[in-house]
Amino acid sequence: MQSVRQSVVCTRGTGLASLWRYLLAGLGLAALLVGILAVVYLTAPRSAQPAGPDVARTKKSDNGLYMASFVPERGVVRQGELESWLLTLKTKTGASVERAAIAISGGMPQHNHGLPTSPQVTDYLGEGRYRVEGLKFTMSGWWQLRFAISSGAGSDTVLFNVVL
Amino acid sequence: MKRLFCFLALVVAVSLVGCGKPDFSDAEKKTIASLALSRLPALKPDTTNRFADVPAAAALGSTLFFDLGMSRDGTVSCSTCHKIDRQFQDDLPQAVGVGHTNRRTMPLAGVARDPWFFWDGRRDSLWAQALTPLENPLEQAGNRAAYAHYIKARFGERYERIFGPLPDFSDMPLNASPLGTDAEKAAWNAMSGAQRDAINGVFANIGKAIAAFERSIEPAPTRFDRFALDLATGAEPKGDAVFSKEEILGLKLFIGKANCVTCHDGPRFTDNGFHNTGVPPVAVLPLDRGRIDAVRQVEADPFNCLGAFRDGDAGACGELRFMVKDAPQLIRAYKTPSLRGAATRPPYMHAGQFSSLDEVVAHYAKAAPSVEGVSEVHPLELSDRERAALVAFLKTLAE
Ligand SMILES: [Cu+2]
Repeated sequence: MQSVRQSVVCTRGTGLASLWRYLLAGLGLAALLVGILAVVYLTAPRSAQPAGPDVARTKKSDNGLYMASFVPERGVVRQGELESWLLTLKTKTGASVERAAIAISGGMPQHNHGLPTSPQVTDYLGEGRYRVEGLKFTMSGWWQLRFAISSGAGSDTVLFNVVL
Repeated sequence: MKRLFCFLALVVAVSLVGCGKPDFSDAEKKTIASLALSRLPALKPDTTNRFADVPAAAALGSTLFFDLGMSRDGTVSCSTCHKIDRQFQDDLPQAVGVGHTNRRTMPLAGVARDPWFFWDGRRDSLWAQALTPLENPLEQAGNRAAYAHYIKARFGERYERIFGPLPDFSDMPLNASPLGTDAEKAAWNAMSGAQRDAINGVFANIGKAIAAFERSIEPAPTRFDRFALDLATGAEPKGDAVFSKEEILGLKLFIGKANCVTCHDGPRFTDNGFHNTGVPPVAVLPLDRGRIDAVRQVEADPFNCLGAFRDGDAGACGELRFMVKDAPQLIRAYKTPSLRGAATRPPYMHAGQFSSLDEVVAHYAKAAPSVEGVSEVHPLELSDRERAALVAFLKTLAE
């Protein structure tokens, strides 16, 4: 409203005294608005960051039979590309776990879908290290990878969270 | 004095209306930057096709792409459905070649970056894809023996300069294919293994030439990309890089509340994956279950990455080796299409089910359950203003 009236006055070039009053009132109002907004903005509580999932790359298996670590082979995670990761398995006493049978599953719990690929253990590299090929994180967000591990030390599961 | 008043009046007007400068959080800015075309990496070499970046192969591929002779009755070429002046698609709900198909023609910009081809991913390379319509009775409706003879007669010299000497076809049938009519199948079965390999080799090279051509079809920068570039560099947007309030709201919804960016991510606005989004079937078309049925087809394809016609080593076959073969999530799952240029190419979805973007947005907001399998989409409250804003934003990807 205000701006329309001002421009009308402008084109006519009349009523200068009242124009000044409108201008001052307008500027005052604008300044007040900015001040209020600034106060609201500065005193607003920080948006509560939801506690993210545990993204530890090394952890104990669910029943404590294994210490497992899961890291990208190239060190970095790249969205949308097939990648290989390394799963390292040690027993409670720190011995390397050899000849383990490993099944992999997972998905995105918040999106209600499974993995877009079916990653598999393709190689044993010694010292308890297994190469997992065919992983692909197609979306940003929270991913879960579940490993079912079976070896001479027994059967156990471990879950890793990956957040992109 | 008069000029001063006008200036002050303008200041008041601007402060009341708001200067329209977009206000994005750091997280939003990061997401917007990840969608910009400038983030598209260079096209990777295709080691499964050693002719992929050979100019003469691309030139022959271009000739074949537009050649009506590449069909049973001389009336259909790749370009019949992939129209060069229409984003390499045909504006029809379902493609029409020699017959009426059951799927929407896909546009081709950036197609060489796809890991999977067709709506259901039933082929795993661009060159293997190009072969499929050639023998589909509803598309180009030819057979591989006939194509091999045709190439020799029509483009023999060009072919041999690229791929080496053509085999001697003189004692081979004019029409034969494992996928053809009964007579063509019988003729194929009567051929020796060496003869079939010879025909298959020429047929595979046809696909490799067409794929070499299609690699040059890439998406072009849009208004969104100019806007995103200015946002990233902090430059003042100028001209059509300025977004309206509605377009900014649409962008915010796209990467926020509406969750579009979950699947439509990256510079091509696709995760290259397959999803059941509850898109209804078309009653008159044959049963279509999407990805779940395509798994068997790509595994059986002799031209797939693990087959004998691949160049390079099997290290390039990760997508096929590690594909999900049997999971409920594959039922009625279809590929996430790129949204670049989508606003100017209705109808939408794998069989052209929706005739406008308004219908598409309404579908995702409603999130109707799938007729089979489980839709990944969740219902969403969107006001009329928000729906219109999403559509307004999508249009910036086509201008
Ligand atoms: Cu997801």
